[in-house]
Amino acid sequence: MTLVYFAWVRQKIGVAQETFPAPPGIHTVQDLIDHLQRRGGGYADVFADPSRLRAAVNQEHAPFNTALSPDDEVAFFPPVTGG
Amino acid sequence: MIAHIRIQPEDFDLNDEIEALTEKTTGIGAVASFVGVVRAEDGLTALTLEHYPGMTEKQIAACVEDANTRWPLLGVTIIHRIGTLTPGTRIVLVAVAAPHRGAAFLACEFLMDYLKTRAPFWKREDRETETSWVEPRTSDAEAAARWK
Repeated sequence: MTLVYFAWVRQKIGVAQETFPAPPGIHTVQDLIDHLQRRGGGYADVFADPSRLRAAVNQEHAPFNTALSPDDEVAFFPPVTGG
Repeated sequence: MIAHIRIQPEDFDLNDEIEALTEKTTGIGAVASFVGVVRAEDGLTALTLEHYPGMTEKQIAACVEDANTRWPLLGVTIIHRIGTLTPGTRIVLVAVAAPHRGAAFLACEFLMDYLKTRAPFWKREDRETETSWVEPRTSDAEAAARWK
């Protein structure tokens, strides 16, 4: 899996992108959030309040119950503010 | 329907873009355009825009396709600038060509509303003493929701 981060999510985690060999038990975006939150540090900070976050799977907006596959690109970011 | 979607640091020229949008298409009776400008707010020195390359273009293209199913459109140009912009400079262009003005006006507003809530851009405000990420406005979500 590839994980990508934007805006303050990227700043707090400290990287823009990382390869993530998903361990067993991660079936949905929510599972991934729970897992990353347990990594501590910037991850704990970012994922402590998932209501502030939005996710995309393979570049489509994705609710947290979206199912994940090993080759997915999963992005986490704050609500968008363009325009 | 021809769609031109560009994400770029450079500024754009409205006249050039309308010329390019209309020159090769017949049947156009109306062009409606919207230009967004970086608002000069107290203490704001710059606005920096980050985006998600790939997803941005995909989401904007999906908004254009959606608009095209709602109104008979002949062409759409959407340009969104990225990088660091100073107050008073242009940030976004939506231009819509259609046979009649009703479709052009409505599709232009629809595209701006959808772009603001779906295209993955994030604005950071740089002020003299601090920087902060812009929070989404509920009015933007409400504006997009009325097209459902």
